[in-house]
Amino acid sequence: MLSSLVLVKQVPDTANISGKVMNDDGTVNRAKLPAVFNAEDRVALELALRLRDRYGGKVTAITMGPPRASDVLRECLYMGADEVCLITDRKFAGADTLATSYVLGRAVRKLGTFDFILGGRQAIDGDTAQVGPQTAEKLGLPQVTYAEEIRDVSDGYATIKRKIDGGYEVLRARLPVLVTVIGEAAVPRPYSAKRVMQYKNARTLIELEKLADDNSLLYSDRLVHEAKAKNLFIQTFTMDDVDVEPERCGIKGSPTKVHKIESVVLAGGDHARIEPTKEGLGKLIDALARDHLFG
Amino acid sequence: MNDMVSKDVWVFVEQRDGKAAEVSLELLCKGRKLADTLGGELKAVVIAANALELAERTFHYGADEALVVAHPSLAHFRTMPYSRVLTELVREAQPRIVLFGATVIGRDIAPRIASATGSGLTADCTDLQIADVNYLKQEHHRLLLQIRPAFGGNIIATIITPDTRVQMATVREGVMELFPLQTPKPSRIQQIPFEPLPLDELVEIIERHREESRVNLKGANIIVSGGYGMGSAENFRLIHELAHVLGGEVAGSRAAVDAGFLPRERQVGQTGTTVRPKLYIACGISGAIQHRAGMQESNKIVAINSDPDAPIFEIAHYGVFGDAIEVIPKLIEVYKQRLK
Repeated sequence: MLSSLVLVKQVPDTANISGKVMNDDGTVNRAKLPAVFNAEDRVALELALRLRDRYGGKVTAITMGPPRASDVLRECLYMGADEVCLITDRKFAGADTLATSYVLGRAVRKLGTFDFILGGRQAIDGDTAQVGPQTAEKLGLPQVTYAEEIRDVSDGYATIKRKIDGGYEVLRARLPVLVTVIGEAAVPRPYSAKRVMQYKNARTLIELEKLADDNSLLYSDRLVHEAKAKNLFIQTFTMDDVDVEPERCGIKGSPTKVHKIESVVLAGGDHARIEPTKEGLGKLIDALARDHLFG
Repeated sequence: MNDMVSKDVWVFVEQRDGKAAEVSLELLCKGRKLADTLGGELKAVVIAANALELAERTFHYGADEALVVAHPSLAHFRTMPYSRVLTELVREAQPRIVLFGATVIGRDIAPRIASATGSGLTADCTDLQIADVNYLKQEHHRLLLQIRPAFGGNIIATIITPDTRVQMATVREGVMELFPLQTPKPSRIQQIPFEPLPLDELVEIIERHREESRVNLKGANIIVSGGYGMGSAENFRLIHELAHVLGGEVAGSRAAVDAGFLPRERQVGQTGTTVRPKLYIACGISGAIQHRAGMQESNKIVAINSDPDAPIFEIAHYGVFGDAIEVIPKLIEVYKQRLK
C-alpha cells in the first residue's frame, strides 16, 4: 500500500497562443488565455494512479491557486484521484516559487504522511521547475527531478529512471521521496465517464457559498451538509488552516520581484528581398560570399 | 549597503564525468564582468572527485579563486551531498551572486539551495546586468537584473531580488559568450573538507548512461534549419543536402522536432539550443517567439518562407519569399555554380 500526493497547477494555456488572444499592438492578452491543467502535472497524477493500480493505496491531489483552480481538482477526480484539496487565500496571491513551496510544504504536513510526493517538472506559465525541489527542501525530503519512469517499489525504496544531460540514470531512492516528472513519462488516462458523472458536482465551500448567494432558496450550510453526505465536498485550506507565518506567504514572502515586463512585439525589421529565381538566389550567394560567410 | 556585505560572484562549475560543462565556463566569463562591476571577486565552486584538476581550468576563464570540494563519493552529481555542501558554503560566505547553468543539474540543485538559504532565485535567465534600481520608492544599489523570457516566450521579464543578501540565477546554455583569458589568473585554491553523511545515501545511482552529444550546434558557423513548413521528413532531406553543400549543421524548430523530422538534440529555440552562427538559414520556419529566442543573435539570417507575413522575416537580413522545397534545390545549384 502506497500513499501518494500529487501537486497540480492550473495554468494559462501559453502553449496555444492564437490570434484571438493577441492585442492590437502584438502583445498577448493574458486574461483571454484559457486556464488549463498543467500537462506535466497530469502525467504526475497518471504515475500516482499507476502506483495505486500496482501496489494499492491512495492518491491525493492538491493545488494552490485562486478559487477557480478547483476545476483542475475535479479533473483529478475524473482521472481517479481519491481525495483532493484546494489551497486558496488572498494572502497567498503573488507568491513566487519560494513562498509557494513554503505553503505547499505546510499543507502537505497538515494532510499527513506520504510515500511519494509527485508533480510535473515545471508549469508552462513560468517554466521555472523550482517548486518541486523547493517543496522537497521545505519537507526535508530527498528529490528526484526529471523522472521518466518509476520502475518499481519494494522494501521502502523506489527505483526511478531520470533524464540527465546527454543520457539517463537509474536511481534507488529511499521513501518518502519527492519526484518531478517530465511529459514523456506517461500518457495520462482519459476521464472515466462514470467518474465524471459521479464528481461533476463536486464543489468547494467557496463555490457552494456563491451558489447560495445567487439563489435565495439555498442555504450554504445545507449545501455543504449535502455535498459532504454525497462525498462531493472539496476540502479547502486557507491561511488559517495551515500552520504558516503570514510574512512568509504571498508577495510578502517572495524574494523575487518583477521589476519590468516587456511584451515581445514584432519589430518591423528591414530585410533585403530576394527573388526566388536563379538570378535572385545568385545575388544572395554573392552577398553572403562578400561577407565571408562561406568556407 | 555597508561594506560588510560581500560583493563576490560565485559560479557553480558543473561537471559531467569529470569534465566541466561549457555553460559553467560561459558563466565564469560573464561572472568576471559582473564581479568587476561590483568590485568583488569571482569564485568558482568545484565539487567533484577530480575537483583540483577542474579548478585549474577556471583560472583560464577569469576566476580569482576556486573553492574546491574533492571526494571520491562526489564523482557524479547527486542532489543531496551537492546541495548540502553548497548550502553550507553559501550560508557561511553570503556571496552577492551565485550563478548556475540552467541544465538538468543546475535546475535540480539551485532551487534547493535557494530554499534552504532563503535566497531569491530566477530560472533560465538569458541576460544578466547590474544596475541601480528604484523599486517601490526605495533605492537599491547595484542589483542583479535577471532577465528571462516568460509566459511561453511572449514576454521578457526583468526580475530582481532586492531584499535578499544572496541573488541566485540559473542561466541558459549558449547565451553568454565564451572567451578564455590570454593570460590565466594566478591559481588560488581553497580546499573545503567534505565528510560523507548517511543522508547523502537516501538516493543512490545504480545505473548511468551518457554520451557526449556528437551534435555541435553551438560551435557551427553555418546552420541550415527547417521548420514544420518543410512538410515531411522526406522533404527535410533538402535541409541536410543544403547543409552538406554549405558545410553547415542541420537544425530545426520545435514544431519540426515534434513532427519527427529531426531529433530533439538538433532543436533550436527557447526549449532547445541557443545558437549564434555566422549564417543561419531558416527554411519553412514561421519564426515563433520560442524559435527566435534561440537564433536571433545569429550574424546573418536568411529566411525562406512561402508566407509573406511569417514573423521570421522581421528578423531576417535576407528574405526569400517562396516555397522552401522549390527554392532550396535552386539555391544548391546556384551555389555550386558560383563557388566551385
